[in-house]
Amino acid sequence: MIELLLQHPLLAALIALVGLAAVFGALLGFAAVRFRTEGNPIVDQINAILPQTQCGQCGFPGCKPYAEAIAAGEAINKCPPGGEAGIQALADLLDLEVIPLDAEHGEENPRPAVAFIREDECIGCTKCIQACPVDAILGAAKQMHTVITSECTGCDLCVEPCPVDCIDMLREEETLQSWHWHLPDPVGRRVEIIATDAPDSGDQRERAA
Amino acid sequence: MMRTHSFHGGIHPPENKHQSTRSPIADAGIPPQLIVPLSQHIGAPAAPVVRAGERVLKGQVIAEPQGLVSVPVHAPSSGTVVAVEDRLVPHISGHTAPCIVIDTDGRDEWIAHQGTPDYRALDKEALLARIRNAGIAGMGGAGFPSAVKLAVRDDVTIDTLIINGTECEPYITADDMLMRERAAEIITGARILAYLVKPGETLIGVEDNKPESIQALRDALDGDDIRIVVFPTKYPSGGEKQLIEILTGKQVPSGGLPADVGVVCQNVGSAVAVYEAIIEGKPLISRVTTVTGESVSEPQNFEVLIGTPMAYLLAKAGYQSAKNNRLIMGGPMMGFTVPDPTVPIIKTTNCLLAPTEAELPTPPPAQACIRCGLCANACPVSLLPQQLFWFAQGKEYEKLEAHNLFDCIECGACSYVCPSNIPLVQYYRASKAEILQQRRDHAKAEHSRQRFEARLERLEREEEEKAAKRAARKQAAEARAREDAGGGGSDDPIQAAIERAKAKKAAQQSGTDAGTANPLEALEKAVVSAQKRLDTANDKLAQAQADGSDLVAALTTGVEKTRAKLATAQDALQAYRPQADDTGVAATATPADAAQLAIEKALAARNAEAQLSPSEKARASLANLEQRLQKSRDKLAQSQAAGDEPKIVEALEATVERLTEKVEAARKQLHTTESA
Repeated sequence: MIELLLQHPLLAALIALVGLAAVFGALLGFAAVRFRTEGNPIVDQINAILPQTQCGQCGFPGCKPYAEAIAAGEAINKCPPGGEAGIQALADLLDLEVIPLDAEHGEENPRPAVAFIREDECIGCTKCIQACPVDAILGAAKQMHTVITSECTGCDLCVEPCPVDCIDMLREEETLQSWHWHLPDPVGRRVEIIATDAPDSGDQRERAA
Repeated sequence: MMRTHSFHGGIHPPENKHQSTRSPIADAGIPPQLIVPLSQHIGAPAAPVVRAGERVLKGQVIAEPQGLVSVPVHAPSSGTVVAVEDRLVPHISGHTAPCIVIDTDGRDEWIAHQGTPDYRALDKEALLARIRNAGIAGMGGAGFPSAVKLAVRDDVTIDTLIINGTECEPYITADDMLMRERAAEIITGARILAYLVKPGETLIGVEDNKPESIQALRDALDGDDIRIVVFPTKYPSGGEKQLIEILTGKQVPSGGLPADVGVVCQNVGSAVAVYEAIIEGKPLISRVTTVTGESVSEPQNFEVLIGTPMAYLLAKAGYQSAKNNRLIMGGPMMGFTVPDPTVPIIKTTNCLLAPTEAELPTPPPAQACIRCGLCANACPVSLLPQQLFWFAQGKEYEKLEAHNLFDCIECGACSYVCPSNIPLVQYYRASKAEILQQRRDHAKAEHSRQRFEARLERLEREEEEKAAKRAARKQAAEARAREDAGGGGSDDPIQAAIERAKAKKAAQQSGTDAGTANPLEALEKAVVSAQKRLDTANDKLAQAQADGSDLVAALTTGVEKTRAKLATAQDALQAYRPQADDTGVAATATPADAAQLAIEKALAARNAEAQLSPSEKARASLANLEQRLQKSRDKLAQSQAAGDEPKIVEALEATVERLTEKVEAARKQLHTTESA
């Protein structure tokens, strides 16, 4: 056998190569089965960036489907609740260009909203409860419903099905607790020492607007 | 003399402290109205326990703490609560917040209170409860509830208790005057704090620019349990972490607490408040506040009630509002512009600064960063302010965090030295707020995602359950059908249904139906129901004929079919009867009661009736009904004559009416039977 191989170096090389290919092929095949990743990890990463309002403004029935669509090549600018920051994060993750928000799908709201049911007018039809993607509405048939504000994502989905139009989307008012500093006005470059960092009332109105 | 350390960076701004230390602490007196905010500390706002119109005494609790990190609020003087409402508070945002407004009566009547001169008689929990109940929150500026800070866990060893008498910010002299005038109280307060946290050593740290204070403390100190440590003046030595480094050489780790390096730090103002709370039993209702700046003619320190409007205090110091360009709470480095002079003094108001434009000029506009690096030299936390500035401008939050933005103590040293007048600290504050907001948003998104997924799972589960139930029902039905058809499995559902019905009928006829115990009863029931159906069918037909409806033909067939059915049922009954006669006779032989008899009679009548032809039957039933009607009419007449209760008369009348109707129907039926 060795004699034969020594006499035919071409055959020897061929056998060696085929042998190596078989060994590595088997190794790769084993690894593919043994270390298989469940699901698509990129989808989970995209889903983690999306705001999880489940509002469907992107045109997909929830954040996860949109994440799957993005992984499959959908544009990253269809999520108004995520806003510019969300697009930025998605662009960083997927190594894409940052593109402005697609106005077709809605505008970014600076302050989150929560649904509010005018309880006197509620007829207890449970339509909003069925529409709520995060089970944030409490109630039963022919009983008054109410929104658990801490769970509400402000997705708007309960407004449409209400037959008596008793759901309002309320913007959260800025309070002492929720107030925070804003970046200094880059245009005016009004610079003051720390004690005077307070914007005057005019500036504040501008920001509020 | 103890060896002190130093920290990186720091600055030496003009001190401007001499103006307000010329005269002793003055009593500001009782203003006509006190506005006491419910949130003067870090943590949850207190909840009011008084209503408008209620009279309160000095030192009375007017708001209870909510949660662990919270302190109560007390009435600073006696008077009447006029409102519990949102008022403008000293906060940079210019927002309103819940306040209790008290109209003072000038009598300054104390609520009953009692101190404990021998604090060693109390245990740690009792002392901490008193400190909390006295409403003491860090008086140095942050306002962190003192009891929370002092509640050191037993497994943590505290090496050093530091009493902070540094007061490094320009203009402010409240702690300085406090040390000069109340050194003995500070020493006792420090001893109470030492009794609580059991440190290896107790230090009072004072900068060397306050020689009078140092002397007063040394004079008041009557032992060697406390050491007074003097060190060179530098801003911001008074920062907690900076002071710890100066006195112990230890650095508090990034994101850590002083307790992590075995240190607890308290302000001298807090020490005095603890003294008053424990020894004298008084809650925190007043504090020493410096009123200074060139817009006040007599800059000095005041002992002022919490809730006193700033305008009232400023007037006491000779405030000329025309000269003042902005009113600042706190010092020029870390203070902020107050939205309006009507806002009240709170527990953390150590200074009111009313400078003139010449004194604290509006800075020129910011210019571009020239990368001089002065800010990095000045930073007491050894950060890279310049890098942080770029990242803040670019909103690169991850990089900001990687560069330890959250270790910034916002002292303003970088802004102070910046030759381009860039408001660096505001960039950092805004970025910190934005990062915290993003963290909150992310936590909420994660929470929403979990809820959404839980909902989807639930819906899916419900759907599966429904499907399973449907499948089970279908299977059961099929099984039944197979059973009933005797294994003759037919694919055609209609055929199956017919077979099922047939099987049922067969079972009923053969009297083997498990649902009916007595076959005779079943047969009788069948006869009765067939009779009933025939009656209704006849009624319908009569109606249709009367209306001239085109359904008559169909209805006639229906009636005939029903009649045929009735006949079959009767035949079956007849066929069965002979078998059952034995038992029937036995039953008749011993009639249990009148009801039994009646049933027998009815059965007999029905049997007799069953043998009649349809027209005879109809005639018989008509006669029967007419008889009953006559009887009812008699009864009615009788009871009317006897003057019975109206109820009975009404009931009888109704019966008569019903019977009349029935007679009508029977007549019609007879007519149709005869005509058919």
